[in-house]
Amino acid sequence: MCRLAAITSNKYFSPMENILALETMKEGHDGSGLGLTLKDLGGEFEDLKAYPVMSGICSKKGISILDEFMDKHGFKLQHVWTPKIKKVKGVTSRDYYFARAYNYPEHYKNKSMQEKEELLINTRLELRKIGESDESIFVFSFYPDVITLKEVGDPLQLGEFFGLDKNGPKAKIIFAQGRQNTNYQIYLYACHPFFIQGYCSMTNGENTAFVPIREFLMSRGFPGYTGYNSDSETFTHILHYTVRHLGFPLTYYKDVITPLKPSEADMRKDREALKLIKQSLRPLCIDGPNMVIGFTPDGTCFMVQDSKKLRPGVVGGVKGKYALMSEECGLDSDIPKRDKTKDIFPMKYDMVIISPQAEEVMVWNQLHG
Amino acid sequence: MEPASRLDHNHQLSLREFPYIVRWRDDRCKRCGKCTAICPVKAIEPTVQVQRAIESAGITPAPVTTRKAVHIVEQVLDMERYCTGCGSCTLVCPNEAIEPEYNPQHKFYHYKNKGGEPLKRGGRRNDPAVSTLDRLKFTRISMLTDPALDAGRHEFRVRTLLGRILPPEELPLKIKNGKLVVDKDSGKFVPPVREIFPIMIGSMSIGALSPPMWEGLAMGVAYLNEVEGLPVVMCSGEGGMPPRLLKSKYLKYFIIQIASGYFGWDEIIHALPHMKEDPAAIEIKYGQGAKPGDGGLLMAQKVLKLIASIRGVPQFVDLASPPTHQTKYSIEEAVAKMIQSMSMAWGFRVPVYPKISGTKTARAVLNNLARNPYAAALSIDGEDGGTGAAYNVSMDKMGHPIASNLRDCYLDLVKQGKQNELPLIAAGGVAKKGNLAANAAALIMLGASAVSIGKYIMQAAADCFGDEYNRCNLCNTGKCPRGITTQDPKLYRRLDSDRVAERVVETFKAADVELKKIFAPMGRSTELPIGMSDGLSIDDKAMAKRLDINYAC
Repeated sequence: MCRLAAITSNKYFSPMENILALETMKEGHDGSGLGLTLKDLGGEFEDLKAYPVMSGICSKKGISILDEFMDKHGFKLQHVWTPKIKKVKGVTSRDYYFARAYNYPEHYKNKSMQEKEELLINTRLELRKIGESDESIFVFSFYPDVITLKEVGDPLQLGEFFGLDKNGPKAKIIFAQGRQNTNYQIYLYACHPFFIQGYCSMTNGENTAFVPIREFLMSRGFPGYTGYNSDSETFTHILHYTVRHLGFPLTYYKDVITPLKPSEADMRKDREALKLIKQSLRPLCIDGPNMVIGFTPDGTCFMVQDSKKLRPGVVGGVKGKYALMSEECGLDSDIPKRDKTKDIFPMKYDMVIISPQAEEVMVWNQLHG
Repeated sequence: MEPASRLDHNHQLSLREFPYIVRWRDDRCKRCGKCTAICPVKAIEPTVQVQRAIESAGITPAPVTTRKAVHIVEQVLDMERYCTGCGSCTLVCPNEAIEPEYNPQHKFYHYKNKGGEPLKRGGRRNDPAVSTLDRLKFTRISMLTDPALDAGRHEFRVRTLLGRILPPEELPLKIKNGKLVVDKDSGKFVPPVREIFPIMIGSMSIGALSPPMWEGLAMGVAYLNEVEGLPVVMCSGEGGMPPRLLKSKYLKYFIIQIASGYFGWDEIIHALPHMKEDPAAIEIKYGQGAKPGDGGLLMAQKVLKLIASIRGVPQFVDLASPPTHQTKYSIEEAVAKMIQSMSMAWGFRVPVYPKISGTKTARAVLNNLARNPYAAALSIDGEDGGTGAAYNVSMDKMGHPIASNLRDCYLDLVKQGKQNELPLIAAGGVAKKGNLAANAAALIMLGASAVSIGKYIMQAAADCFGDEYNRCNLCNTGKCPRGITTQDPKLYRRLDSDRVAERVVETFKAADVELKKIFAPMGRSTELPIGMSDGLSIDDKAMAKRLDINYAC
C-alpha cells in the first residue's frame, strides 16, 4: 500500500516536509519510487505563474529532440530549473531532470485559457509519444504554476539526490507519494500523483474496476484520457471529467466514484439528479480499497474514501496549514503542534475539503449532501 | 417365391440405429405395465414371446423341450416411435427393471425424414461439448495488494439497468445553490430505466409452456420481487399474458413480448386502459437463437381453449409466426417506428428493445440501434438458445455462439463511447451445464448488462429431462412427460406450480449468492463488473485473442 503525504498551506514550504512525513510512514512503501506534485509555486517560479511549466526527465538525445520540438512549435524558453544532483547509493541518475517555464507561441498569446490548455496537453502528449518507446523523454506535466518530479528509489534518498534538502522549488500545495509497487514493473509514468489540466490526485489502493473505467474514459474523445500505466490514474481523470468536463460541483466526485444506494440517495434533496448521474456514470464507480487525495485548479484539496473505507486516511493541522496523510504518524511528523482531537478520519460517506490557502476544513457528508 | 427381404428382415432397423436403447430386465420386471403406459412416444410395448426351454426332471431325467408364452416389454423398431431417452419408464418402475441407455453410434438423423418431413423438435442444440462460456475462468483474484471482499459480510449490489441511459453530457441538469437539480424546463426526454437483477427469465410463451409451468415461473418471480427483494423480471414470450395478470400490480415484473405473429396483442391493447402498473419492458422479437431467421411455431395440438382465448385464435390450428415482421422493410425506418409505437403506447414510460438471434450481422443492428435514442437495449440470443419447436437443422446448425457475438458488440460500443448507453442482454446456452452464476458473470465481464435464461430454468425448476444428447426434446409435440410444455391436462397435472415457484426462488437466491462469491474475490461489490475483461481468462490462445481476454493455462 502506497503512502501519501499532502500538505496545503498559506505559506511556501519545501517538499522535504512531505518527504520527511513519508519517512515516518516508511514501513508502507518499498522505495520503489517517489512522486511529487507542487502547485502554487514559490521561489524562483513565484513570478512565473503565467507561464506553463514543463516537468520531466530526458536523456541527452531526448533533450535535443525536446528543444527542437518546442522551438518548432513556437514555445520560448523562459526559465529553467534543474536539480543539483547529488549521487546517492541506490538511485540511478538519469541524464537531465528539469522544470522549464515556457512562453506561449506568439499566435496563442491572445487566445483563451481553454485554448491554451488544449495546446499544452497536446504538446505534452506528443512529447510523451515521441520519447516513450526509448524512454528518451518523460513529460509529467505541462501547466502553469505546477511542477512534477518522479523517480525510482527511496523518498528520503531521492530528496537528497535532488538536493531538495538544501534548495529547490517551494510551493503552497505539495502532494507526495512514497510508492509501494504493485504493478509488474517499476515505471515512472505509473507513479502518483497524476495531473491533468489543473486537477491532481493520488491514492493508496487498488482499482479493481480499472478496465471498464479506462475504457469509458478513453472513449470520451478527450486526448488527455490516456496513459493508465497505473490503475490509479483513472481517479484523476474521473475528477477532471466530473468537475471540469461535466461542470459538477466538487462534492459530486464522491457521488460519481462511490454512488449511494437508492435507499440512501432518497434521503438527499438532489435525489433526482443523483439517480440520473448514477445511471449515466455507472462505469466510473470505483471498487476496491482506495483513499483518494486530490486538488482542483483553485487550490482546494480534498480526501475521500472508497465505499467501504478499506484504506486509512487522516486530515489535521492548524488554520493556514493542513496535512492530508495516509497515516497519523505522517501528520504528527509534519504538524506536531495541533489539536489532535480535531484530527479528521473520514469515513465512507465523508469528503474532507480544505479551502484554498488552507483557510478552513469542511467535512461534507454524502448522506446529507 | 417369397422376397428375401422378408426372410432376413433386411428393411427392418436394428436397435443399434436408435438413439436410446431400452435396457429391460426380465428378472426384475413384475409386468405392472406402468412403463409402457407412461412412455410418451410408445417406444416400448408389452408383448408376448414364445420361449423354448429344455427341462430335465424326475428320477431319471431326460431332456424335454417345452415352449411357453411369456410377457415381455419390447422396444419398438419403428423410428417414428424412437425412445427419446426421457426416462419416464425408469421413474415409474417399482423394481428398477427398465432404463434407456444412450447409444453413441446411433443413426437417428439418417432416418428422421419420413414422408419428406425433416425432424422437428424442442430443446436446444445437441452439442454436449463444453461450451465457451464454461471454459471461461475468473483469474483476477484480489490477493494481498488489495483485500478480497467478504461475500457474507460486505454489502453487495448485484443489480443492472434495463433501458436507454443518457450520456452524462446530455443529462438535463443544472446547478442551483451548489447542488445539481433536474432541469424540468429543458424539455429533454429522459428514457425510462429499470433496475433489475442481472439474470432474467427469457421469453417462453404461455402456449409453449403449460399453464402450471408458466404460472409457477410467474409466481416465483413475483415472490422474488415482493418477498426476497430480488428484482427478477420475466419475459412473456409471444402469445400474450393472462388478462388478470395484465391488470394486476404484478405486471411490473414482466416484459411483454411482441413477435411477428402478434399473438395475444389484441388482449393486451384492450387491457391497456385497465393496467395498474407499467410492464418492466417491451421486447420486440426479431429473432431467436435456437432457430435464427425462422418464425415461431405453436403446433395445433397445443392450441387448446385457454391458449386460443389468450391469443385470440381458433382452437387446434397451427400458429405460425412469420420469420420476420411483415411491416419490416428496413431497420432504420420500420424497426425504429415499431420501437416508437410501442413506446408511445405506454407514454414513453416503458423501455422497448429488440431481440435478435446471434448473427455475424449483430454489429450492424447494434450500430443502428445505438443511433436510435428510443432503443432501450439489444438482446442477443446465441446459437445454444432453446425453443419449444423448430427444425432440427435450425437448432443444430444455424446461429452464432453468444460469447464472441456479444464481445464484438460490446467492443463496438466501447469504440463509440456508448457502452453504458445501450445495455446488451446476452442469452443462448447460459447454464447449459448448470453453471448459472459463472456463465452469467462471464458474459457480464465480456460486456453484457444482463443475461437471459430459458431451458435452464425449466430444468432447474421443473426437472425438464432435456439435454444435449437429444434426450426427450418432445416440447413441440405437446407430450412433455414432465408437464412443462404441454397443454394436455392429463400431462400438466403432473406439474405442481407451487413447487415450480419454490424452485425458481431457490434457483435465483442461490445464483445471487454465487454471483457474490465470484465478484467478492475479484474486489467488485458496488456495481456490476460489466466489461471487466481483465478478470477473465480462457485456456485457448485463439479464443483468448478473439475475445480480447487473457490466456491462462
